[in-house]
Amino acid sequence: MMLTPESLAQIDREVAKYPADQKRSAVMSALRIAQVEKGWLSSDTIKFVAEYLGIAPMAAHEVATFYNMYDRAPVGKYKITVCTNLPCALSGGVDAGEYLQKKLGIHFNETTADGKFTLKEGECMGACGYAPVLLVNNHTMCNHMTPDAIDRKLAELN
Amino acid sequence: MTVYVKGVVFDGVDFDDPNSWSIDAYIQRGGYAALKKIIAEGITQDAIIAELKTSSLRGRGGAGFPTGLKWSFMPRSFPGQKYLVCNTDEGEPGTFKDLDIIVNNPHALIEGMIIGGYAMGITVGYNYIHGEVFEAYERFEAALEEARRAGFLGDNILGSEFCFQLHAHHGYGAYICGEETALLESLEGKKGQPRFKPPFPASYGLYGKPTTINNTETFASVPYIVREGGQKFLELGKPNNGGTKLFSISGHVNRPGNYEIPLGTPFADLLEMAGGMRGGKKIKAVIPGGSSAPVLPGHIMMETTMDYDAIAKAGSMLGSGAVIVMDETVCMVKALRRLSYFYYEESCGQCTPCREGTGWLYRVVDRIERGLGRPEDLDLLESVGKNIAGRTICALGDAAVMPVQGMLKHFRDEFLHHIEHKKCLVPGF
Amino acid sequence: MLEIEIDGTKLTVPNGTTVIEAARSIGTHIPHFCYHKKLSIAANCRMCLVQVEKAPKPLPACATPVNDGMKVYTHSDMAVKAQQGVMEFLLINHPLDCPICDQGGECQLQDIAVGYGGSSSRYEEEKRVVPNKDLGPLISTDMTRCIHCTRCVRFTEEVAGMQEIGMAGRGEHSEIMSFIGMTVDSEISGNVIDLCPVGALTSKPFRYTARTWELSRRKSVSPHDGLGANLVVQVKADRVMRVLPLENEAINECWIADRDRFAYEALNSEQRLTKPMVKQGGVWLETDWQTALEYVGNGLKSISRDYGADTVAVMATPHSTVEELFLLNKLSQALGAGSASVGGRYADERLAAAQQGAAWLGQPIADVAQSKAVLVVGSTLRKEQPLLAQRLRQGAKRGLKLAILNPADDELFSAIAAKLISRPDQMVEALAGVVKAAAELKQAAVPADVAAAEPCAAARGIAKVLVDATAAEGDRASVLLGNLAAHNPRAAELAVLANQLAAITGATVGWLSEAANTVGAQVLGLTSGNLLSKPRKAVLLFNNEVEFDSHDGQAALAAVKQAEMVVAFSAFKHGAVDYADVLLPITPFSETAGSFINMEGKLQTFNGVVKPLGDSRPGWKVLRVLGNLLASEGFDFDNAEAVRKAALPQGESGVAAKLSNTVNGVAVTLQAAATGLVRMGEVPIYQADALVRRAPSLQKTRDAAAPLAGLSPATAAQLGVAEGDTVKVQQGEAQGSYTATIMAGLADGVVRLAAAHPTTAQLGAMFGSIQLTRA
Ligand SMILES: Cc1cc2nc3c(=O)[nH]c(=O)nc-3n(C[C@H](O)[C@H](O)[C@H](O)COP(=O)(O)O)c2cc1C
Ligand code: SF4
Ligand code: FES
Repeated sequence: MMLTPESLAQIDREVAKYPADQKRSAVMSALRIAQVEKGWLSSDTIKFVAEYLGIAPMAAHEVATFYNMYDRAPVGKYKITVCTNLPCALSGGVDAGEYLQKKLGIHFNETTADGKFTLKEGECMGACGYAPVLLVNNHTMCNHMTPDAIDRKLAELN
Repeated sequence: MTVYVKGVVFDGVDFDDPNSWSIDAYIQRGGYAALKKIIAEGITQDAIIAELKTSSLRGRGGAGFPTGLKWSFMPRSFPGQKYLVCNTDEGEPGTFKDLDIIVNNPHALIEGMIIGGYAMGITVGYNYIHGEVFEAYERFEAALEEARRAGFLGDNILGSEFCFQLHAHHGYGAYICGEETALLESLEGKKGQPRFKPPFPASYGLYGKPTTINNTETFASVPYIVREGGQKFLELGKPNNGGTKLFSISGHVNRPGNYEIPLGTPFADLLEMAGGMRGGKKIKAVIPGGSSAPVLPGHIMMETTMDYDAIAKAGSMLGSGAVIVMDETVCMVKALRRLSYFYYEESCGQCTPCREGTGWLYRVVDRIERGLGRPEDLDLLESVGKNIAGRTICALGDAAVMPVQGMLKHFRDEFLHHIEHKKCLVPGF
Repeated sequence: MLEIEIDGTKLTVPNGTTVIEAARSIGTHIPHFCYHKKLSIAANCRMCLVQVEKAPKPLPACATPVNDGMKVYTHSDMAVKAQQGVMEFLLINHPLDCPICDQGGECQLQDIAVGYGGSSSRYEEEKRVVPNKDLGPLISTDMTRCIHCTRCVRFTEEVAGMQEIGMAGRGEHSEIMSFIGMTVDSEISGNVIDLCPVGALTSKPFRYTARTWELSRRKSVSPHDGLGANLVVQVKADRVMRVLPLENEAINECWIADRDRFAYEALNSEQRLTKPMVKQGGVWLETDWQTALEYVGNGLKSISRDYGADTVAVMATPHSTVEELFLLNKLSQALGAGSASVGGRYADERLAAAQQGAAWLGQPIADVAQSKAVLVVGSTLRKEQPLLAQRLRQGAKRGLKLAILNPADDELFSAIAAKLISRPDQMVEALAGVVKAAAELKQAAVPADVAAAEPCAAARGIAKVLVDATAAEGDRASVLLGNLAAHNPRAAELAVLANQLAAITGATVGWLSEAANTVGAQVLGLTSGNLLSKPRKAVLLFNNEVEFDSHDGQAALAAVKQAEMVVAFSAFKHGAVDYADVLLPITPFSETAGSFINMEGKLQTFNGVVKPLGDSRPGWKVLRVLGNLLASEGFDFDNAEAVRKAALPQGESGVAAKLSNTVNGVAVTLQAAATGLVRMGEVPIYQADALVRRAPSLQKTRDAAAPLAGLSPATAAQLGVAEGDTVKVQQGEAQGSYTATIMAGLADGVVRLAAAHPTTAQLGAMFGSIQLTRA
């Protein structure tokens, strides 16, 4: 359950940000980097990261289950997270979520049959002024996601 | 880009220029002058802190604590490592100002933190950035690299004795990490569970060392204050509410976005800047300081000014300056249901009243929303809320209760209507 | 000192005291769940909310430090309302299954809930259901009952040293668990059962066997390691149902090791020997005591007469009581056979002769962790001394510098300040290097016999730790010798060097006594010699399973097999079925009165907690009859106390006078670097004594897994062996095949293959030379 040298180099860069006896601080980044490489965080991956940083597997597992951008189960090629919190909802966040569900033929927390899309409902992303907002694969924020914009985005991803 | 008025933090920023965030553009508009002045003139730590006190800058993260006072708490002669931490874990529903700062003017924050390091004798800093804004995190990393190359960050800054290292730390999805001690736990590589205070971060912070934590906007205001003087900053706002402040306006307005305006500006003016009510509808309610602030009816808001003291007087709080505007079509039960769900989902789970109580609150509101409520449920909500508020480790417990209390205080009839008729009084969100 | 007033009572407390501690000191109980005096403060349950004058909100008593002049109200309206509110929250998702819950009757939640007279719940939603977890063979879970106090999490992290239990997830969805697929393997894991205030974590072996109110509670003392943990043994219908710690801050604090807790299962084991048996014509026959003892008496008499009394060997183990060992020794001497021995696992005959008294810890147990530095020489510390290792861990957190000199760099879950990894047959040279380095640092005379030593950097590191630690007046350091030193063929030289090192640095020398009565056996004058080194005609084995309790199981087995008469006094039917002629059922510690002297020289007495099983009899009574039968004088004792009086006329003070770690008359002879492979044959934690060997749940733990053949990476490479390979191991005539494992941190040239295990008992010496080839 190794990670690629590139991923390990990225983790090492994160580790270097913290005092030498505080490698544990890099666990969030290390899990993020591992998740980007593997698509999701299996128990083996978590254990590997823990051992790489010299912490208890359970300590890494706590982190991997506390923060909700970590995926503890496989997700589709594109994980789309829609913010439906109140400020977004006032400007079409819930509608965007419904539109996506209809369009992809799945509910929240489901993955399309072709394994391409997983849909999630998210909490405030700190971008309420740009509602509706959604996040693709945790790292790409898309603003003003009206039905048209969603159609364009999906076409682009497809 | 949606910043329509510019004050301290966005002083000189050209939002149409995609390079406006860069160090060159920042320097051109007077950036790093404050730092250079400090180094060149050998301005003392005390003088900087005194200037901050004069400015009456209050923390922009929500609690509004005077920044100069906070900085003066940092033990100056502590023998070991001390830390400076910036809170960019903006996740309070309604708030999106810090995102705009690190995307459009990251060097203002960097310079503010360097000055903070200088003023408190701290050599290492971290900026904790909200998980969902990865691109902003990358932008900030790029800005840090620029600052390092330019000699503003790192060892012997601008040839002086002063050294300051600054790193970005990326969150990964937990609102609670906005709470300063949860943030520290998270920085240490743990779950973001708030610590019991005392001890406060100033004596026991990151890795158990003295630590000062401020919000992004707070730090980003510092260069201006040092450059232009605390008095000038103070005069931008009103006494005890110095300076300009970023307001994030969301909801039913024509132009949602961030507005940097003097504290003390009437809400009515702000609403007008934001283009007025969308579709010309009537204003029903406003949450004036992020989702944790009690909701206020529109008519009360229209009478108040936007500053810490005035909003408190009106029965709510300025918080992070997130203004959520709701028009007459919004069902308050639905609105509360969504907010209660948020706190239930985001409770860290360590303390009993919050872990068990937020779920209870949500389930009762949800029941009412689904038409299964009973008149006694309103008393139940209030009573459960009372058992949470003030009895938890951190303020999330209070934050979860305040929306409930605010809604029941101002819109009780609507809840009763919902219970009686098993449906909304008005069509929806 | 600070002044505080609690419910109107004024008192003064030291700075740093919390409100809950202050209240406790005047007997005011503040309800709580997450607070525990030995764990960090979590303040998460909020049960302990009290009113503090001038505070607008109720404050958690567990986390609120006392301020001077503070006024606290624990029963005011504000306090009671807050506590009731918390109680309601705790119960909304808690199942109301007290009648079937194992914790029923001893549940803190139940107790407090009753105290608050909870009316019917206002919570009408569905209750949360949490799936149970597999934490291993010792701890059973009922996670829906969990109230998230995190005591178990903090225990594993802070006390056991490794966070094996965590709270995964967030908010209402958070769950206590171990890492997916991993069990809780700590040697002191069972304490989480006591810590859990509700019935979420309970004892797997005890589950559903009794209700707490059916149990009677009796005090006892652990018969395993030399610490002498104090126990509460719980009994129902003359059967031991459960064992819990009896708090004794000076010895075991409030903890016990898993073997103290779960070994009781052996007491009720199928393998218990319940009737005297004699072998006739190769067939075992049950008989009565009279017949069996007469048979033994006659046999011994005729062997003494025919071959001389010195052909009789009497061997026990240091797990027997003072009373048993005293009478056994008396019997042995009365027979003319000399002293009885408890030293089957010792290999260095010089040690007993050189020792000027009973080897002991050299200080009270509670003082060890107060040292500024501790050097542990030769010990699988966590497995030999689970609770002492825990104490040192707490010390290390406060700044104690822990150094080790050992064949293996085992994980101690403590910061290690300096370490020297050395093969067992070179530990003398390694320690000599430390002595010389220390002398040089102190500018003291280098003892002549270590003058030729060549201290390596690691040896100098250890020396510096000890020298620095004792630099300031009044600061103490310790040099502690463990089982791997005691059982080492050059143990006497190690003892000499430890004393030299102590003399140079001002440290205290101590022995980490192997067994419950290791110190007692020496005080009573039993030898630690190997009585089987010469051929014997008769062998009396008292609680001794030679194949497991000897340094060289192979040789010991051969020796008993050639004897004419072997008598096994034992609580169990064991290997002696093959080689003995008589089996005499004696009782384990739970069925006899007796006493042990622990490693700090403390005499701890106990009574039987249940009646002897079947026809078994307390060992001291059997020896009394046998003594009388052999017509010797002075075996007439009415009770165990009378035996003890005779054994230790001055009681504990008499013991103290006999304690000494001084060794005389042994020369340290430094040897050239060793070549060839040497065995590191430690005794596994759950093979150390007759009880743990037969405790089914302990035998299911990871620590009880069959031994692997461990090799350092370099040695493995040299031998062409890879992880998981099957290897052939040979010692003398004996051989066996094992699975190889690569152990970073093991000294090169070492084959680490545990002794005293059914799969290794047929091999040779624990620290002898050994051959290994890939199969
Ligand atoms: C539940 C909760 C969430 C918070 N979220 C944030 C946040 O997102 N950003 C922030 O700056 N402060 C947040 N705070 C406030 C911080 O704890 C802290 O007061 C602040 O960062 C201090 O900075 P300031 O003095 O500059 O405002 C939060 C507090 C609580 C209780
Ligand atoms: S109030 Fe909620 S979020 Fe804050 S510490 Fe307690 S459980 Fe965690
Ligand atoms: S005992 Fe104080 S909060 Fe749990």
